Amino acid sequence: MSWNAVRVLIRGIPMLIATLITLTLVTFTLSSLSPIDPALQLIGDHASTSTYVQVRHELGLDASWPRRLGRYLAAVVQGDLGVSRSTGQPVRDDLARVFPATVELATLALIMGGIGGIGLALLSARYPRGFIDGLARIISLAGNSIPVFWLGLIALFVFYARLHWVGGTGRLSDAFEYTVEMRSGFVLFDAWRSPMRGALGDAAAHLILPVLILTSYALGNITRLTRAALLGEAEKEYVMLARAKGAGRTRVLLRHMAPNVRGVTLTVLALTYANLLEGAVLIETVFARPGIGRYLTTALFGADMPAILGATLLIGACFVIINGLTDLAVRLSDPRIQ
Amino acid sequence: MRIPRSVSAFFGAAVLTLAAVMAIGAPWLAPQDPIRQDIGNRLQPPSRSHLLGTDSLGRDLLSRLICGSRPTLGLVALVATLMLPIGLAIGIVAGFFGGWIERWLMGLTNVVMAFPQLVLALAFVGLIGPGLINAALALVLTGWPAYARLARAETLVLRRTDYIAAAEMQGITGWRLLWGHVLPSCVPSARIRLALDMAGVILAAAALGFLGLGIRPPTPEWGMMIAEGSRVVFDQWWVAAFPGTAIFLVSLACNALADGLRDLGDPRHE
Repeated sequence: MSWNAVRVLIRGIPMLIATLITLTLVTFTLSSLSPIDPALQLIGDHASTSTYVQVRHELGLDASWPRRLGRYLAAVVQGDLGVSRSTGQPVRDDLARVFPATVELATLALIMGGIGGIGLALLSARYPRGFIDGLARIISLAGNSIPVFWLGLIALFVFYARLHWVGGTGRLSDAFEYTVEMRSGFVLFDAWRSPMRGALGDAAAHLILPVLILTSYALGNITRLTRAALLGEAEKEYVMLARAKGAGRTRVLLRHMAPNVRGVTLTVLALTYANLLEGAVLIETVFARPGIGRYLTTALFGADMPAILGATLLIGACFVIINGLTDLAVRLSDPRIQ
Repeated sequence: MRIPRSVSAFFGAAVLTLAAVMAIGAPWLAPQDPIRQDIGNRLQPPSRSHLLGTDSLGRDLLSRLICGSRPTLGLVALVATLMLPIGLAIGIVAGFFGGWIERWLMGLTNVVMAFPQLVLALAFVGLIGPGLINAALALVLTGWPAYARLARAETLVLRRTDYIAAAEMQGITGWRLLWGHVLPSCVPSARIRLALDMAGVILAAAALGFLGLGIRPPTPEWGMMIAEGSRVVFDQWWVAAFPGTAIFLVSLACNALADGLRDLGDPRHE
């Protein structure tokens, strides 16, 4: 590692930590401003005032806010997110159980969107103003304009209810839902490991539609930004020089231009991944798939404050960490930025 | 006329104008009362008397669609009028004064920029209480950093230009300088970004409505109408299909407008 790399890390990591702390401050502020009273939720409306005061004291709600903030920060750092009101389990365990499903969904969508998006961008940069270029523009425009939850609903209607091409809602059919043991939380992996015949195919049939919907969402951003970056490179002198020396258009594109936009592409992929984790919240609700999104929306309706805060913190932390690490990776890999 | 030079800008502006007219004139344009129930005629397919059909309570979908534009577009307008000034003010102040003010303000900007907008908006509305104003506040609180970055970048360039120096020599300083000479130069790029962001705000607003965190029923709202339609989507697809199409069209118009404005502002565009 060069000195430069060390300097980038020394500057970047405190910023990352500061962002994470600010995120915790935001969730703490939200919980303090909320009209939801955890003590009242615990004991109900009919308890006596003395019980109420006692429960408030036990929950630490009567302390001054700097002290409560201190306790909250200390608990979050130790991974203690409280106990969910609706499941009765520690929020940390709940999240550990549901998060793999969301990661699976978002990762598959990112892989497909990444391959498709970069491919489309390269093709449209190779043949600007051609058919593919027009197609790429339409895809990216539509991908940024369609409400994903609605697209999911319509896709369910067409491909499941009418055409019977794919599985319906949920992650497995009823026959497998209670027989396949969810050990890792990644449904494809667990179905593959399961002795049940046909479980893997069933899991894939239920997974394909939500993944494709999220892919269409990812595809738009990846195509648009990678294409713009490539077109920006096309006007530079080194491209003209390489062409003058006799390199073909395809070779210039793949060997000269593409490496120069890797910083942009890396950033776009990371941002898209973070957005996919967020988009999965809505898709999981539409497709009734267990995951952090469905956990969060269920918690929202149950006014389950620890679960809401825990899920928000987890998604937020992933978001912040992905953003921060990408920034560092781009700085480290691209000598021009240093 | 200048606008037709860009087809997409023209399309975007036209659709948005139509949508705005529809929202403003909704009570007069709607053929029927959007909240009047008629259980005998529930879930009717599109027909002469109900051009877009009826929902599960027999309410006329066309009327609900027209009136449902109000909360969605109102929220977008509210977010835009709050988010833009906040972002621009922070960016201009940071860029113009420099030093520790700039370091702190841009530090805050970068921190907020890294937050997940939709999830924080969900948590905000879920914990503070559902409703249009809370949803708008949540989107504003996470949405301003992009404008702050834009405005700071523009201001940094402007600070070194001769015409700012000339204005200062004429005795124009402080807020008058920022308001009258720096701000106008930041507006064009912020305007493009705003059109882009509005597409995202419409989708976020619809998502909140879909999850039941927006306006209260029975007042129609597009996201909530999709949620109502999702329960019957396998048999009566039109209940969910039309409000989704409306969201898609308005959001598409914002994106097209942003695209067109960018092309018009770009001198390389022929």
